[in-house]
Amino acid sequence: MSDRLPGFSTLAVHAGAQPDPTTGARATPIYQTTSFVFNDADHAASLFGLQAFGNIYTRIGNPTNAVLEERVAALEGGTAALAVASGHAAQVVVLQQLLQPGDEFIAARKLYGGSINQFTHAFKSFGWNVVWADPDDIASFERAVTPRTKAIFIESIANPAGSITDIEAISTVARKAGVPLIVDNTLASPYLIRPIDHGADIVVHSLTKFLGGHGNSIGGIIVDAGTFDWSTGGKYPMLSEPRPEYHGIRLQETFGNFAFAIACRVLGLRDLGPALSPFNAFMILTGIETLPLRMQKHCDNAKAVAEFLAGHPAVAAVNYAGLASDKYNQLARKYAPKGAGAVFTFSLKGGYDAGVSLVSKLQLFSHLANVGDTRSLVIHPASTTHSQLDDAAKIKSGAGPDVVRLSIGIEDKEDLIADLEQALGT
Amino acid sequence: MNHDAYPDNYIRGILNNVKSIAMVGASPANVRPSYFAFKYLAQRGYDMIPVNPGHVGKELLGKPFVASLSDIDRPVDMIDIFRNSSHIMPVVEEALTLDPLPMVIWMQLGARDDAAALKAESVGIKVVMNRCPKIEYGRLSSEISWMGVNSRTLSSKRAPAPTQGMRLSLNRMSVGGGETAASDRAAKNKTEQS
Repeated sequence: MSDRLPGFSTLAVHAGAQPDPTTGARATPIYQTTSFVFNDADHAASLFGLQAFGNIYTRIGNPTNAVLEERVAALEGGTAALAVASGHAAQVVVLQQLLQPGDEFIAARKLYGGSINQFTHAFKSFGWNVVWADPDDIASFERAVTPRTKAIFIESIANPAGSITDIEAISTVARKAGVPLIVDNTLASPYLIRPIDHGADIVVHSLTKFLGGHGNSIGGIIVDAGTFDWSTGGKYPMLSEPRPEYHGIRLQETFGNFAFAIACRVLGLRDLGPALSPFNAFMILTGIETLPLRMQKHCDNAKAVAEFLAGHPAVAAVNYAGLASDKYNQLARKYAPKGAGAVFTFSLKGGYDAGVSLVSKLQLFSHLANVGDTRSLVIHPASTTHSQLDDAAKIKSGAGPDVVRLSIGIEDKEDLIADLEQALGT
Repeated sequence: MNHDAYPDNYIRGILNNVKSIAMVGASPANVRPSYFAFKYLAQRGYDMIPVNPGHVGKELLGKPFVASLSDIDRPVDMIDIFRNSSHIMPVVEEALTLDPLPMVIWMQLGARDDAAALKAESVGIKVVMNRCPKIEYGRLSSEISWMGVNSRTLSSKRAPAPTQGMRLSLNRMSVGGGETAASDRAAKNKTEQS
């Protein structure tokens, strides 16, 4: 019962989980059920009215998913979390709480190609207008702020080139503008970077990547830092105003420093519907137990592979923040001292054709559109993940035609280097 | 007491020891936070007393309203104040006239009056500000984990399934006592700015 802080690895194994009250099962059971029985009519009414803690229906919450939520909240240092069906679903649910039609949010230009696409096209049809800024030019965020700005969105380690974002500098801009800073922490995972410690108000993840870690389950999560005051100026009516869906409850007043996570659950997940399957939650939870071990191995392998590529005569350039010569190395030392992640890009002197040839000759690396798997992965972003962008936007986001992206797995690094060596040709 | 961040053992001690709670500003409207908290704490076995001069003659979940703290006919362990910060001092002053004195004065989420807290602490009363006892009970028992909330506690023990009217164990291992939580730091910065 002493008030001490367990380490990250202890939280990765234990946070949120407890032996099952009914059976004593030690692993978290998969509560594969749509619905939960009420004790009586009053209990049902209390749950529907948000007056009691408990389960109603798996679209709103599920005990397996709740363990995952508490675990990620604990690892990120947040007050609460909400698991959803994918990283993309997390982004929709977050912005639905913050933006009304006609509002704006500022996003870093260097993002996962799918996010750029979602923000540019899908969100435009909701009347949510994205304004792009350059994460390498903090002043570009300040210039983008208008009275309609409701949030700022960045990635901690940015796709595709693994560049490191100066979270603290951008959080200062967000604070000054009176808007929350949302950080997509997918590529770092909380083992490498905890954005809340650097001023993030909301953290989102694709659980599909390093947190789940085994390339077997799609999922997403939203973590509430509990740091933002939603009540000022009526700017965030989903949180500060009486909600007609719940007979006039004001969420911030009722739930305090985890009101945002509750809003995402009862106004976002409940009404938009992207619920995570409890089975996927179980797979991801099992993955998280070994996150610290895997993440360190991912990073150590990535550094060895990046160093090998940097010394190879067929390679034009390597973009890996873990290399001392890299433009982002100083930021990496500050924000991610344990390792600069395991996703990075490099370009070949032979250009596009050499890239295509490399991908086809690799034997261990899998050619597919994912990152953060135990297996090493390779892709040519310009023709796949970033293919919807025009050429100028591809280059701006670090996915030019000569660029190859790697996601380094947890195999033996010597085998990965040997595979690249044979594929590059010597 | 540092009122920016409370050690879990401080909150745990209060919730484990108090038996009767007078709730000042209790509302019969079932969408008000005071109603939620009143109902929850009554279901967890606390002897709840609703205090609200506007509702004397009526009952809240079967408990008769009283107009003021001095109208309560039995000793009160804790006073839970559901009023804005600007209305705290008179309630604390009235509480200090009670005999015996309450053990705890608790101010709800969003409510904080450092001068009133100092006054109560000077006569040995424990004070909690800007917290909700329902949330803290749910957190320390981990019942709130159903909502994806970070309880900041761990346990490897098999817990009984929570049912209505049952007291839950609050004696789980705490994760850091909350002193380093970013949300507490943000609340502290807000207090310092205002």
